[in-house]
Amino acid sequence: MKRLITLSIALLVVLSMVLPASAGKTLMMATTTSTANTGLLDELIVPQYMKDTGVEIKFLAVGTGKALKMAENCDVDVVLVHAPGAEKAYMDKGVLIDRVELMYNDFVIIGPESDPAGVKGMNVAEALKVIAEKQAVFASRGDNSGTNKKELSLWKAAGMAVPEKAAWYIQTGQGMLPTINIANEKNGYTMTDRGTYIKYADTNGGNPPLKVLVEGDKVLFNQYSALAVNTKLCKDAQYDLAKQYISWMASPATQKAIGDFKLLGKKLFIPNAK
Amino acid sequence: MDYLLQGFFQGLVLLFTGDPETYSAIWATVAASSLSMTASLVIGIPLGFLLGYNKFPGKKIIRTIVDTLLSFPTVVIGLLVYAFLTRHGPLGGTGLLFSISGVAIGQTLLGLPIIIAMTAAAVEALDKRLPMTLITLGANPRQMMWASVLEARYSIMLAAMAAYGRIVSEVGISMLVGGNFKWHTRTITTAIALETSKGEFTMGIALGITLLAVALTVNILATGLKKKAVQ
Repeated sequence: MKRLITLSIALLVVLSMVLPASAGKTLMMATTTSTANTGLLDELIVPQYMKDTGVEIKFLAVGTGKALKMAENCDVDVVLVHAPGAEKAYMDKGVLIDRVELMYNDFVIIGPESDPAGVKGMNVAEALKVIAEKQAVFASRGDNSGTNKKELSLWKAAGMAVPEKAAWYIQTGQGMLPTINIANEKNGYTMTDRGTYIKYADTNGGNPPLKVLVEGDKVLFNQYSALAVNTKLCKDAQYDLAKQYISWMASPATQKAIGDFKLLGKKLFIPNAK
Repeated sequence: MDYLLQGFFQGLVLLFTGDPETYSAIWATVAASSLSMTASLVIGIPLGFLLGYNKFPGKKIIRTIVDTLLSFPTVVIGLLVYAFLTRHGPLGGTGLLFSISGVAIGQTLLGLPIIIAMTAAAVEALDKRLPMTLITLGANPRQMMWASVLEARYSIMLAAMAAYGRIVSEVGISMLVGGNFKWHTRTITTAIALETSKGEFTMGIALGITLLAVALTVNILATGLKKKAVQ
């Protein structure tokens, strides 16, 4: 027994010495759940970047709110997020620099095919008013993510207070896919980004229980950007790697690959780096 | 390191100012854990007694199963209960998904094996002369069970506290079955998970301290009860 323990400790020590040495360069990235849920990172970005530069990307899919906090805590080198307002606030604080707009998609309001509140085809403000009036179930992420921030701004833009403590307004405190599933269980509505919705449709064999009911309103535009962590506040942040990654993302070849990334024949993200 | 201290003080502030969100989470935690503890004890003590007191074929197998269930991961219980309660599941019509009662069902599955196993062990450890004595005193089977359970009451109380510790601190069942709905099914543990996922570490620590305070209160009450029982 004693020998076994000694042996395992020795093995662990050896492993811990060998592993980092063979790992090469690693870029730490915090990102939103949508880029990860859709498979964009795992299937396209991470392997292609490794191939082009030899750098491994380790990403944490956490939602914009936490991604920005992780940058502030110096836990990552770069962020890929979608909340321009919050991004600006962190740039003003000096946490993040070199913001580059990379791609966009749009938000949609989805709900049951039976559409109990009858919002199909309305613009966003009308749809939200009708949902609130009829007290139809609306699942909000309530987790401070980019999508959640967007949704809150839409209630305000529709001239309403953000619902709170209302039985029909559920704040799930969970990610996008769990929230869509909760909306479905409750026969209600929710707002999601189109990329995650297409992924959800794909996992449901192309015929998901919740359908897109409100779309195309220009307030639903959803811009994704990458930002590097400022070495002035985080002296261990790998600024050069982050910078290299951001310009790689904005390069014509990667932009084209992002545009070609499809599920069910639909584009998940539309590249728009300048 | 600042955020640890900050979290500590913020936790005290939340508790003493009666912050409605915090108290909503405390209430959800207390409601779900009280329901599940009651169910675990009411179902678990008799079953544990039967398992510990009687000799029957297959007893060892059942003991092994119960002991295995002790290490049932909470997310797996959550997944199972979710699968039964979802709209398309066998119990979908009950409307228990995303409710405190649904969480309590899952937590009961978590607490039951602990109560059963520890009660059985306690009954087995009783003085072997006790049943004989009780029989000579003319006790019927129900009275024998009561006498044995009373004799083992401290061990059963320990079992209850162990079960409470697991139930009140679990996050998998509360998150999956409860859904973490603000003002409704958000418990202290799922609130901590959410705050941390938002990057609000201070708030997470504050809630953690709150949970410890709740556990401390329960333990002080339990110790008080035990003292009373001894006198």
